[in-house]
Amino acid sequence: MSNIMGTPGLDGRFGSFGGRFVPEPLVPACQELEAAFADAWSDESFIAEYRRILREYGGRPTPLTKCGRLSEELGIELYLKREDLAHTGSHKINNVIGQALLTKRMGKRRMIAETGAGQHGVASATAAALLGLECVVFMGEVDTKRQELNVFRMELLGAEVRPVTSGSRTLKDAVNEAMRTWVSEVADTHYCLGSVMGPHPFPWMVREFQRIIGEEASSQIHDFGIDEPDFVVACVGGGSNAAGLFSGFVDSDAVLVGVEAAGGAAISSGTPGVLHGMRSQLIQDDEGQITEAHSISAGLDYPGIGPEHAHLAEIGRARYEQAGDDEVVDALQRLASREGIIPALETAHAVAWVIREAGGEIPLGSKVVLNLSGRGDKDVAQVRAILRGDS
Amino acid sequence: MGAPNLSPTFESLTSQNHTLLIPYVMAGVDDAWIDVVHAVIAAGADAVEIGLPFSDPIIDGPTIQEAGVRSLERGTTAQSVLAQLQRDEFAVPLVVMTYYNVIAHLGHERFAGEAKQAGITGAIVPDLSLEELDGWERVAEDAGIDPVLLVAPSSSPERTKKICARSRGFLYGVARMGVTGERSSMTDELEAVVAKIRAFPSPPVCVGIGVSTPEQAKRVADIADGVIVGSALVRRVLDGEGPDGAGAFVSSLRNAIDA
Ligand SMILES: Cc1ncc(COP(=O)(O)O)c(C=O)c1O
Repeated sequence: MSNIMGTPGLDGRFGSFGGRFVPEPLVPACQELEAAFADAWSDESFIAEYRRILREYGGRPTPLTKCGRLSEELGIELYLKREDLAHTGSHKINNVIGQALLTKRMGKRRMIAETGAGQHGVASATAAALLGLECVVFMGEVDTKRQELNVFRMELLGAEVRPVTSGSRTLKDAVNEAMRTWVSEVADTHYCLGSVMGPHPFPWMVREFQRIIGEEASSQIHDFGIDEPDFVVACVGGGSNAAGLFSGFVDSDAVLVGVEAAGGAAISSGTPGVLHGMRSQLIQDDEGQITEAHSISAGLDYPGIGPEHAHLAEIGRARYEQAGDDEVVDALQRLASREGIIPALETAHAVAWVIREAGGEIPLGSKVVLNLSGRGDKDVAQVRAILRGDS
Repeated sequence: MGAPNLSPTFESLTSQNHTLLIPYVMAGVDDAWIDVVHAVIAAGADAVEIGLPFSDPIIDGPTIQEAGVRSLERGTTAQSVLAQLQRDEFAVPLVVMTYYNVIAHLGHERFAGEAKQAGITGAIVPDLSLEELDGWERVAEDAGIDPVLLVAPSSSPERTKKICARSRGFLYGVARMGVTGERSSMTDELEAVVAKIRAFPSPPVCVGIGVSTPEQAKRVADIADGVIVGSALVRRVLDGEGPDGAGAFVSSLRNAIDA
């Protein structure tokens, strides 16, 4: 086995990316977390508890579904890893159960989290409720309006939602605000980061908590008589669902494809830089000021990408492609009407790329595993407005 | 046209038992920002922290965030600020304060070279932790710029010792666990962090984050070698008090410290 997607190098490096670029007040907290995670992740009783909760409460393992009608239309064999069927409706639950257990293990009583679409916020509020932790979720004011129902959901779950009014009032600003709050409350508060980004150990830890997706999928594909797929595809915001799926196939011959929103494509249109504690590919202007990402899905509106993805792109182990808003809405409708599955708008980016490239970049007859990272219930009002021409 | 060097100036003032006062000015926030720099120097500043705005300032509270947004909206860039500074002469050292991406994007060598040309001889880059410091530290020192490092209430004694040994010009003591911003009171984290730093050899110990009033400045001055005041001054500038108001406020800090 290669060491790709193994333990990161010194100070959390993935090649030249990653690291820990945080102000001194937060360095000890990151070191404490790194030690606590390393200890927990080699403790069988911790792993057993994490897996037990995901099984008895989280709905794991999630199925691998072979698409019948869409496969036939596209001339490929398409398999969906059904994270939409996990509790709270997306892969985010895998990460938050791990981090909430870690919060308790570190003796902290409170979690803070950032959220874009609201999925990570809902998942964090859920894990906090389950394990008896306080929870505060930072959400850009723009996103609280785009995802009103998720705000209410978090409140029902007992979390406090704090709208963020600084900067562009979206996901990147919610991360800034969560980090600022973490500085002053670090003694009893854990920052439950929602993707494979941020300072070391977050990119590594979150990938490990999402590894279960790839582990299940790489074994489930055998049930269909397939040794290994030709393509493994996932949408990429920060990159956690993609990292989780890729980790199960990185040592195979499968082509790994991450699909970014065209308006927030950190790998294709970004340059190296430092933001939110990590060195990665970022969307920034000529002066090194970070620019806003724009897409139809709040969950992909992030101007950066996890550092391990920047590394996988650099060494050529994964490819990063883009999907635009229009084809994403088409893809969502097509999957809904052909397979009876309404994907999240984030997820629909991966679906759109597969639909576009079937018979092109994806040769006919290819076996494709796609991470159905979340369900689209949260997005139906927005999609209706788009289809009616209201927005 | 230049400004004095940070390290020798601070060493000599500290050896004369003079308490250092370092106000923070956000560059480019309005047309008069350079006049504000001159006004605070005339009012008794021993060095001026020149803030270069960044889109995502994670250790700054609402006041400095707003100043940064205003400055960026006016088209401020690192190079426009440095070019402006280069045209003037300053009687005290200038220390740049910015986030690492602004430096990394221009390139270590180019940033250090242009900053030095502009009279800058110290740099505070709060998101460049000890572990990430090597590359920038080497280039900065070669160019004659002192990397100023932070010790926080959360820093362990081992880290504190290492940071004290590597900081140049002065050591930035973080007075509380939190972001920049005005506070009505100070906690005893202040005394604790200074005591922790004093256990090790270091350049002059200057303390900031949350220091907002002359009384608070005095409390810091009683135990540290210097006082850093940011948001309380920046707010006055944002409120339109101009160079006169900024100078008057810095005078009041100076008087309290020297009393
Ligand atoms: C369903 C779904 N998929 C994907 C993402 C993007 O996150 P990541 O790239 O970390 O998987 C989100 C984020 O909100 C999401 O809700």
